[in-house]
Amino acid sequence: MTFDLSIITANAGAIWNAFLVTIYTWLAGSVLGLMAGLLIAALMLFGGRPLQLLLRVFIELVRGTPFLVILFLVYYGGPSFGLRLGAMTAGVLCIAFYSSVYFAEIFRSGFAAVPRGQLEAGECLGLGRLQLLWRVQLPQMLVLILPAIFNMLTILCKETAVLSIITVPELTAVLTGIGTRTFTFIETLLVLCIAYLLLIEITSRAGRWLEHRVGIYLQR
Amino acid sequence: MSLSLSPTNAISAVPAENSKIAPIIHLSAVGKRFGKNQVLANIDLDVHHSEVVCLIGPSGSGKSTLLRCMAFLEEYDDGEIHIEGRLLGWEIDDRGHRKHAGRNRLNQARRNLGIVFQQFNLWPHMTALGNVTEALVRVRRLPRQEAEKKAMKALDKVGLSEKAKEYPARLSGGQQQRVAIARALAMEPKIMLFDEPTSALDPELVGEVLAVMKQLAQEGMTMVVVTHEMGFAAQVADSVVFLDQGSIVTRGTPNEVFRDTNHPRLRQFLQNYLDRNAFWHTTPEKTS
Repeated sequence: MTFDLSIITANAGAIWNAFLVTIYTWLAGSVLGLMAGLLIAALMLFGGRPLQLLLRVFIELVRGTPFLVILFLVYYGGPSFGLRLGAMTAGVLCIAFYSSVYFAEIFRSGFAAVPRGQLEAGECLGLGRLQLLWRVQLPQMLVLILPAIFNMLTILCKETAVLSIITVPELTAVLTGIGTRTFTFIETLLVLCIAYLLLIEITSRAGRWLEHRVGIYLQR
Repeated sequence: MSLSLSPTNAISAVPAENSKIAPIIHLSAVGKRFGKNQVLANIDLDVHHSEVVCLIGPSGSGKSTLLRCMAFLEEYDDGEIHIEGRLLGWEIDDRGHRKHAGRNRLNQARRNLGIVFQQFNLWPHMTALGNVTEALVRVRRLPRQEAEKKAMKALDKVGLSEKAKEYPARLSGGQQQRVAIARALAMEPKIMLFDEPTSALDPELVGEVLAVMKQLAQEGMTMVVVTHEMGFAAQVADSVVFLDQGSIVTRGTPNEVFRDTNHPRLRQFLQNYLDRNAFWHTTPEKTS
């Protein structure tokens, strides 16, 4: 068996670029997904019964579809109804779309956890519904939902590997490409694993630090 | 402020001429149902300026629901509630049907009200000062500095200005409730509604909250208090209202309600309190 890391150093530039693409698709998709998720959760909270039902169906539909299928639908199916997207854009949008329903569910559980009485107190003081959402509900639910959000972020980080199938030049695509071209599978896959591990380790550490920061008021 | 716990004499009764002018809170034939369950029926009640009214009664009698209706935290189904002459929560349309009043209208009526809850309902992620300042900044639109000055004054009034920077989790129950009172007071309401303000407190912490309320009463605040503290009602209330099964059974001065009544249900209710405090007389005999 041979083990030759020179193939990695020789392709360091390409691998670094792929690393950046992975981070970009992951973070851009997640931020969009978080915003869409919050919007969906808020609409379910304030919207009428029909809207709630509609969003419920939407959530169940997306949750019931594998990420790869969503990706194919948008990237390969999209052009047949006029949606022509570059691979990168399609990738980011699919991550956003896919994650939005999970984030929506996380936010929904967070809203439910803030006691009703705190909102009543605010209402009686004349605070509006949106002010209460922003000033009372969101800051408190953040403590509760941060673990779930960061868990979802680590899952999404690994889901970006699927984007290799629609030719997004991210880590998995580039490293397996090098591997097949030069028959250095062990070396390239090892680097691939280390790269994902690194991202996820950083993410969970950031999550724990944030949890501690926003939960400071709970300390006696 | 002084937080003296010494018993004060009953607040002088409402001046006679006061009862001739319009009441600040006026309830007529108010009814409320939860599904098929009639929790309030045919409630008539007037509260005048500077009057302190205590609502007492067994649990499930509807006293808390009645208080919550006065802030429209519960929608009442029948009758009318007027705060300072304005219909609360409902609007009558051209055809005489009633519909929900808009947010603005409801908020205008609520501007006169300060509400204190059994569970305090402070916002735990804001300091005591933050809790009191919030509505001053976002509802009254005061500049932050001015709002904080006002908030400190309110905290000072409840004796907690030195705890301004603490989060609620670091305060005792009694202190939390006093912050909640300060939060309501800072908005300068004309009426304070208290929904069992001491029921969630350790017995030792009840006194400090009642002392604050007593002082408010002495300063002429109009107050409606749902309470199980009969001592407070006897000392501070101008009138005591006894509710049972969703109706007002009797209303009178503390003396009338606590001493002279012959109403059997009220007697039975008050007997519970006498029994509970019986140790006061029996214990010394047993130990001797």
